Amino acid sequence: MKLIYEKSQSGRRGIGVPQPPAGLDVPEVPPELRRKEPPRLPELAEPEVLRHFTQLSTRNFGIDTGFYPLGSCTMKYNPRINERLVGLAGFAQLHPLVEDDAAQGALELEWELERYLLEITGLDAVSLQPAAGSQGELTGLMLFHAYFADRDEDEQRTNIVIPDTAHGTNPASVTMAGYKLTPVRTDARGNIDVDDLRTKVDENTAGLMLTNPSTLGLFDENIEEIERIFHGAGALMYYDGANLNAVCGISRPGDMGFDVVHINLHKTFSQPHGGGGPGGGPIAVRGILEPFLPVPVVARDGDTFRLDYDRPKSIGKVRAFSGPFGVFVRSYAFMRSYGPGLKEMSEVAVLNANYMLARLKSTYDLPYERLCMHEFVLSARALKREHGVSALDVAKRLMDYGFHPPTIYFPLVVPEALMIEPTESEAKETLDAFCDAMLAIAREAAEEPETVHEAPHSRPVKRLDEVRAAKEVVVKYRFEDHPAGERQLEAQKGA
Amino acid sequence: MSYLSVTDADREAMLAAIGVSTVDELFQDIPAGMRYREELAVKPALSEAELQRHFEELAAKNVVDEICFLGAGIYDHYVPAVVDAVLQRGELLTAYTPYQPEMSQGVLQAIFEYQTAICELTGMDVSNASGYDGTTVAADACFVAKHATGRAKVVVTEATNPQVRQVVKTYAPGFGLEVVEVPHEGGATDPARVREAAENAAAVIFQQPNFFGVLEAAPDLAAAANDAGAMPIAHVDLVSLGVLEAPGAYGCAMAIGEGQSAGNAMSYGGPHYGFLAARSDYMRRLPGRIVGETVDAAGERGYVLTLQTREQHIRREKATSNITTNQTLLALAGLVHLSLLGPQGLRELGETCLALAQHAKAELQKAGLELAFPDKATFKEFAVRTGRNAREALAAARTKGVYAGYPLGRDYPGLDDTLLVAVTEKRTVGEIAQLVEALA
Repeated sequence: MKLIYEKSQSGRRGIGVPQPPAGLDVPEVPPELRRKEPPRLPELAEPEVLRHFTQLSTRNFGIDTGFYPLGSCTMKYNPRINERLVGLAGFAQLHPLVEDDAAQGALELEWELERYLLEITGLDAVSLQPAAGSQGELTGLMLFHAYFADRDEDEQRTNIVIPDTAHGTNPASVTMAGYKLTPVRTDARGNIDVDDLRTKVDENTAGLMLTNPSTLGLFDENIEEIERIFHGAGALMYYDGANLNAVCGISRPGDMGFDVVHINLHKTFSQPHGGGGPGGGPIAVRGILEPFLPVPVVARDGDTFRLDYDRPKSIGKVRAFSGPFGVFVRSYAFMRSYGPGLKEMSEVAVLNANYMLARLKSTYDLPYERLCMHEFVLSARALKREHGVSALDVAKRLMDYGFHPPTIYFPLVVPEALMIEPTESEAKETLDAFCDAMLAIAREAAEEPETVHEAPHSRPVKRLDEVRAAKEVVVKYRFEDHPAGERQLEAQKGA
Repeated sequence: MSYLSVTDADREAMLAAIGVSTVDELFQDIPAGMRYREELAVKPALSEAELQRHFEELAAKNVVDEICFLGAGIYDHYVPAVVDAVLQRGELLTAYTPYQPEMSQGVLQAIFEYQTAICELTGMDVSNASGYDGTTVAADACFVAKHATGRAKVVVTEATNPQVRQVVKTYAPGFGLEVVEVPHEGGATDPARVREAAENAAAVIFQQPNFFGVLEAAPDLAAAANDAGAMPIAHVDLVSLGVLEAPGAYGCAMAIGEGQSAGNAMSYGGPHYGFLAARSDYMRRLPGRIVGETVDAAGERGYVLTLQTREQHIRREKATSNITTNQTLLALAGLVHLSLLGPQGLRELGETCLALAQHAKAELQKAGLELAFPDKATFKEFAVRTGRNAREALAAARTKGVYAGYPLGRDYPGLDDTLLVAVTEKRTVGEIAQLVEALA
């Protein structure tokens, strides 16, 4: 379909703007600072703008469209009431720099959200500031630096241990925080290889970053021993909360021994993913790390709330203000609607995953023969070997059955990986329909592999050439290839 | 209330298929000592109607009916209804990052159009799909500059938003960067002092209009940075770029900023989006998602995430950033707003802000107040001396229903008597009269 720039007609107007009242002059901008060439923004009337973006939406697939078992991303239902709540004028029109007395409702909400996060994580203090899980990770590592600097151990403790199953964000955060990466292997049951670990933790270790359950969807059975190894060496433990949806009310990261946890509000607590964001990545910490949290911190004095900036040992700020407030509104509403039933939420997420695993494991390879938590990883290795059908082919063919594909080729330790996370939101019939499709695709791989290779057949586009995109880079509309006059003529031909 | 489909019959059938008899058995891998056996100590579940009532009560405890002259980085601009309509399309709202392009052409094309708009506005060659906000994109830009130049220092002007400076300082030690600040003189930055500080610096970050609303001699600041071999990075306001020159036109290497002004409600500070754009030389060093054009198997045009070898899921510890979830939906809101405005609307929006702010300055001066930086041209914001502690002046104005501005003493010692006043297109001449009366 056409780009909005290709629908543009010179002189057309969308929305009107209040004009300066009569008698008021527009002051002159000094000539050297004044814009010379107007930006080539689209020129469309309002109905055409709305129609353009509606048309784009029909070329997209969300949870509202159908099943979206994208492993590690926790694509659960996003309640519509939460959208209504975030739009309440008392929230939407609140400026973040008002004096605290004008923001008592917002601060109370933040405070209460923190209580839920403390109860679920089993820790002592929260910072809501990080904008996403990755930023939570980086903030957590900054706290490690601050904690060890306070104990004169920062120069000595230079290494962070990360298992080979970790999300790419973990090693990237390590680099951004100025630490060095120490990788550790996974054992035959999908746990951290504890023997390998023992050789890698010493007086130079600052800490561990671990996702538990892991990206294999497995709870690490050696977690008690891992805790003894790190804390025994005077190091800290970071919990990547990407998979917290498996364990709410069932097992708490603080009780597992972790010192810092980030919570992906857009995963476990249903902030809509928005086509890529926004997210929210609050961190919960053990008391020993509280003095170093970013400012401001929400404080309570009796019945009133305030933002506390007086934290002399704070690492500073990682984003503006106290955090992405609209995300807090939605996630807190989600928590309030479940209440203590958040435990049942996790139970059903795990039940759903195990049910699908049971239905699929005789047809696709299961690399670790165990029950799973809220997600599981299968391998299309046999399909590839026997029929030349890869995990990518399976993913593309699932589109024709009306499903968003799972995460593929991750974690890296499993060849031809298909990482499936149903979440608690889905009805058994949906899980069955997806499993039926997976089984049908395995049959197609044997009987008519070209149907699978050439998938998708039903989407607005065929398979896209990603290599070409990275080689012949076009990352914005090339106006220069389409002179204004020619563009206008094209636009007149319609969408 | 919950959002679960499972029935007792479903549960029994599923457990039987799995081969266990209770849900609890599914958690057998968790060591007994780590099981949480109590009920979560949280408040009881609420029905949707109760939820609505409770949140209305919370929202009512916030004060949003005072006339807003508060800015300092977040502004009370009008958000068109079409923006809300687009953002509530479930296909866009409830999708994630377009890893599977055939399922996601809508979001991918929208991001491509957003990147184009940001490049047009800033005069740059490449934009990412968004950063978290206007502060974190400054830290991102420092990371790009450090690796592009190999230098270990960044210069930030003191007239740059204090929160931007704080975030840069928080990130800098991890990057191995020292941060040097150049003080303002009478509300603006002296290019000669920037030139001095920029020696051996990776980048110079300055804000245009600066935090005081003052128009910096931006081309001279960029030239000073370039002269020292440092990358000039302009932190700009999208709403100003219909009337103010694009950073790319005066020699900047990168342009960054807070996108809230275009398309986002103030929402107590977020979620919003940061934009980050650069000259093509830096394309392969940029953080975050970038969408590129390509063709499908039938030769038809389509869009994909591209240059992914920069990113964490491919490069891990060698990535240009750890960013994954970004602010796509808020950036989309920006695109929709900018598409509704068009070039003409954006210019008019800027001119209305200019005219109303100028009027407010003149009226305040007539009423006997002094501007903090009287000889400086400004855009939509300016600093005014209140003749007493600015927080007291603010409190007094609020009793008259006017939220008069931001007390600059919070960040700038010596400006304890000064309020930073923002005037958007939503303010009226009548409201400006109320401001004057409230401060006089």
